[in-house]
Amino acid sequence: MTKDKAHISVQDLNVHIGGNHILKDLNIDIPNKSVTSIIGPSGCGKTTLLKTFNRLHDTAADVKVTGKVLVDGEDIYDPNTEITHIRKKMGLLSQRPYPLPMSIYDNVAYGPRIHGTRKRQDLDIIVEKQLKATALWNEVKDRLHSSATRLSIGQQQRLCLARGLAVGPEIILGDESTSALDPVSTSIIEDLFVKLKQDYSIVLVTHILRQAARVSDYIIFVYEGRIVEYGKTEQVLRDPREELTKEYVKGYIV
Amino acid sequence: MRRRNLEELFFKFLMVLATLVVGGSFFLIVGTIFYKGAPYMTFDMLTKTPGGGFYIGKEGGILNAIIGSMYVAGGATILGLIISIPVAIYLNMYMDGKKFLSNTLRMVFDVLFGIPSIVYGAFGFLIMVYFGLRASLLGGIIAVTLLVIPILVRTLDEVIRTVPLELRDAALSLGSTRWETAKVVLRAIRPGIITAILISFGRAIGDVAAVLFTAGFSDNIPTSLHEPAATLPLAIFFQLGSPIEEVQGRGYASALILTIVVLIITILSELLVKKFYKHKS
Ligand SMILES: Nc1ncnc2c1ncn2[C@@H]1O[C@H](COP(=O)(O)OP(=O)(O)OP(=O)(O)O)[C@@H](O)[C@H]1O
Ligand SMILES: [Mg+2]
Repeated sequence: MTKDKAHISVQDLNVHIGGNHILKDLNIDIPNKSVTSIIGPSGCGKTTLLKTFNRLHDTAADVKVTGKVLVDGEDIYDPNTEITHIRKKMGLLSQRPYPLPMSIYDNVAYGPRIHGTRKRQDLDIIVEKQLKATALWNEVKDRLHSSATRLSIGQQQRLCLARGLAVGPEIILGDESTSALDPVSTSIIEDLFVKLKQDYSIVLVTHILRQAARVSDYIIFVYEGRIVEYGKTEQVLRDPREELTKEYVKGYIV
Repeated sequence: MRRRNLEELFFKFLMVLATLVVGGSFFLIVGTIFYKGAPYMTFDMLTKTPGGGFYIGKEGGILNAIIGSMYVAGGATILGLIISIPVAIYLNMYMDGKKFLSNTLRMVFDVLFGIPSIVYGAFGFLIMVYFGLRASLLGGIIAVTLLVIPILVRTLDEVIRTVPLELRDAALSLGSTRWETAKVVLRAIRPGIITAILISFGRAIGDVAAVLFTAGFSDNIPTSLHEPAATLPLAIFFQLGSPIEEVQGRGYASALILTIVVLIITILSELLVKKFYKHKS
């Protein structure tokens, strides 16, 4: 797939949760191999939107999704689409790290294992590669088999990223992935995003406009369940077209 | 002002009194059993089965009942777990969007939880009659399993609900199927499962009504599921009913053994619960 071609394409998307209309008539094309940030006030539907991308609403009660979400041209809400296959294409990095209740090694090896990689040598290679990709290898290489919950929060978050990358996704979804982290860990993760966009399409939800400015190529501004503005980072932050966006990014000074 | 102070004093007095009554009766009960049973607590009690004439005060011990109780409580807990784990997983992870059904099921288990154990005994007995079984270890295990299933389901249900939804989302996002996600959840609640085992075992070993007609009684240690099995609560019952002082004393010694076993289990499970919830937060 070439750069700038839509990787995720959202068409007439509507989401209702328990009778409330949360996302309203969304249409977006999220480009390939770029970082796209979703910004907007609390409760506007950013998390809800992100979850529609890998169908995480499936497990929640009374959530109704209508419209289309195309990933690589395939409608993920089509009843014939195999959901595990869609989710495998996307790595999710949540707000706080949730390591699986197993060792550091097994966390990274978990995904490849369930998708059929069994050989020890193959797994060793994947684990080392992804822990290096997330700048964690040197910190943990001597205790790969100790419990993942004993790592610091910042290390856990990088482990979760490594775990997600290990299944070979094409897209990385991040929901305020640095909000629980200290400034040093935050900048490590931000640098990783910038580096990873060579190989992955990245969609980030963030509250920090400076973060959006630092890492993203495009910004989507959501307000009360609607997309108000969508454009290049520079343009949205410095020269917003809409009044609502202007109001929201007012506090941002480069 | 005066009246309010008096009121405060009066209710404080009542609360202290109530606490003393509760705490006092605990020590009174344990103390009495200890006082009456300790003199008869011999090594033989723990290591020998009843000899001829045991019930008129001659030699022997209650190893038959100790082992029988372990078999019944252990067997019922294992069987109960095999049934309860899938139920708890199904309730929590496969009934998304079927709130009404899952809540109804939870209520059913709450009702089952409240049913007196004699009813489980009677029901177990009916099942045995239907299958032509005689009072046996197997019969006892079946009746006690019915008794512990609601306890296990309730405990496991609560433990699973402490697992953050984000952990499930994390597993799903890696492309796990629901069953693979359930396995991750089960790993996360391992300490909770051990707690559930202890609670169930503690309840099972002390119950008399469920084994009354189902397990029977025997002076021998059962060597197969189809032989009758003695249990501690019934052993206590028979011995305390005897007019012979020696036998009565041994009844108290048996009660002491059972009490100690249950106390150890309760304390262990309390400690584990504490550790589990500390770990969570
Ligand atoms: N499970 C749910 N049940 C009911 N309402 C929900 C549920 N999940 C989300 N909502 C509602 O949907 C709206 C959007 O929520 P969402 O979590 O997507 O907001 P957000 O933009 O991510 O906010 P934040 O920045 O605070 O994370 C909110 O009004 C919220 O109350
Ligand atoms: Mg959110």
